[in-house]
Amino acid sequence: MNRHYVESKGLHLNYSIIANMIAEGSSILDLGCGDGTLLKMLKTKKIHARGIDINQDNIVKCLEKGLSVIQGDIDEGLKEYPDKSYDYAILNQTLQSTENPNFVIQEMLRVGKKVVVSFPNFAYWKIRFDLLFRGKMPSSRILPFEWYNTPNIHLLTIKDFYDFAKLNNFKIEKKICMTRAKVRKNIFHKLFENFFTEEVIFVISK
Amino acid sequence: MNEIVELKYFKTDETLHLESGKELKGIQVAYETYGKLNENRDNAILLLHALTGDAHAAGYHEGDSKPGWWDDMVGPGKAFDTNKYFVICSNMLGGCQGTTGPCSINPDTGKEYGISFPVITIEDAVKVQKKLIDYLRVNKLCVAGGSMGGMQALEWALKHNEMVSHVIIIASTPKLSAQGIAFNAIGRNAIISDPNWNNGNYYYGPKPEKGLAIARMVGHVTYLCEEAMDEKFERRFQDKDKPDFSFNIDFEVESYLAHQGKIFVDRFDANSYLYITKAVDYFDIAKTYGSLENAFKDTNAKYLIMSFTSDWLFPSAQSKELCSALMRNKKDVSFCEIKSPCGHDAFLLEYEAQTQMIKSFLIKETE
Repeated sequence: MNRHYVESKGLHLNYSIIANMIAEGSSILDLGCGDGTLLKMLKTKKIHARGIDINQDNIVKCLEKGLSVIQGDIDEGLKEYPDKSYDYAILNQTLQSTENPNFVIQEMLRVGKKVVVSFPNFAYWKIRFDLLFRGKMPSSRILPFEWYNTPNIHLLTIKDFYDFAKLNNFKIEKKICMTRAKVRKNIFHKLFENFFTEEVIFVISK
Repeated sequence: MNEIVELKYFKTDETLHLESGKELKGIQVAYETYGKLNENRDNAILLLHALTGDAHAAGYHEGDSKPGWWDDMVGPGKAFDTNKYFVICSNMLGGCQGTTGPCSINPDTGKEYGISFPVITIEDAVKVQKKLIDYLRVNKLCVAGGSMGGMQALEWALKHNEMVSHVIIIASTPKLSAQGIAFNAIGRNAIISDPNWNNGNYYYGPKPEKGLAIARMVGHVTYLCEEAMDEKFERRFQDKDKPDFSFNIDFEVESYLAHQGKIFVDRFDANSYLYITKAVDYFDIAKTYGSLENAFKDTNAKYLIMSFTSDWLFPSAQSKELCSALMRNKKDVSFCEIKSPCGHDAFLLEYEAQTQMIKSFLIKETE
């Protein structure tokens, strides 16, 4: 259970993209903050940054970076955090490994004025081909696990997230599509975003 | 720490105005220091001991085979690194290990105070510590303590905001729970009902050893937990393989408690136990400041709060409450609930996890 917050990080180069999205002087809460890499980047921008992580070793790593970090299980919610107490609540590459994604998103929307959520897109063509031609559970750079040891228990696609937004009545304010660690903006990519996007970052609000 | 250390004394002629409205004169403080104070006088760490602790936190006293109570955490390269920091620990006001308390001589009467000693609070204890810190000419300090020591660390942070840069609170609480008060009350009742207690006048006769030993036994039960006790004793018999069918000691756990009680009466004063448990009972920041949130409005220090999973005397929920109040004020706070089967005692035992946390927390940011 502890493992996925650690391992599913590390592989991602989207930190600077998220860091650039956040204005100087704002306050952020990073859920499943791992070793604090993103928090550290944000802190240099005079951002009031706080992290939550379940793993004791990660708490130590965050402390070493001089960060404010609270040990906790995000699946248990954010009951100690008042409504709208942060400008941004961030869930970076962790949504797919939460026990109850709906609850986690609702809690983030309650605590944060805006929510940044990123996840690997399971409809990425390589994943589709993997399943289609190999007939085996896909594994990739972003999803490096076997079916029996994967922390990623709630995999989803960009289309799924749109449906989820409609169902739960939240606004999608921004979307950044990335493939092989680069932001993809060309028309061709936009037309078939659910096919060509490897990972996606959404900014949402209620 | 292999060094030989020495207990030092600081005396102040200033009158101390207590929370109760009473006054106390001629106060002496027993303290120890480890490491060196730097030129800026800002590398000090004040350690605050728990209920029955003392100023001897680390190193060895001449001729002793046992080191100070937090020796695992204090010394060169340890959590409180004496190569970097000037570490101070003093015996609490009301104590019996060198600092003025009920067993000290009242200068007005030439006799032990006994229960004529005024009832003191955590706030009063910190006032006395502040005098020591000023005497040592410390400008900035980190305060750290477990259990009752954590309460004092909190009081330090709130009262002396300008001096305190880092606050480390371990297995502690912003207020003692009704359950905690209840156990303290049992302890005090055990002492008071010992005929030898004699209204606190026992310094020239037999001491209320039975009462104090029972108080300690109850205390020890609260410092452990079911898992820790089971691990330690199971249902093993003491030096035999079947019961006696008598009321003598049958089980190992009974023998352990009896032993803890026995060694405690040799080193602790029964009246001090009454006074210090009272101080712990009275501690309640939210009551003093209107609310917990309000209490932390002006604090500028960095906080590290740690609790232990199996601690039911100062449970994690109380640490989280503290943490939450600091977060609501957008203060710099970090929290970790350390996994441990050791109960409340974990703060004295789980030194590896604590060392990692504290060392990382005290690293100076290089930016």
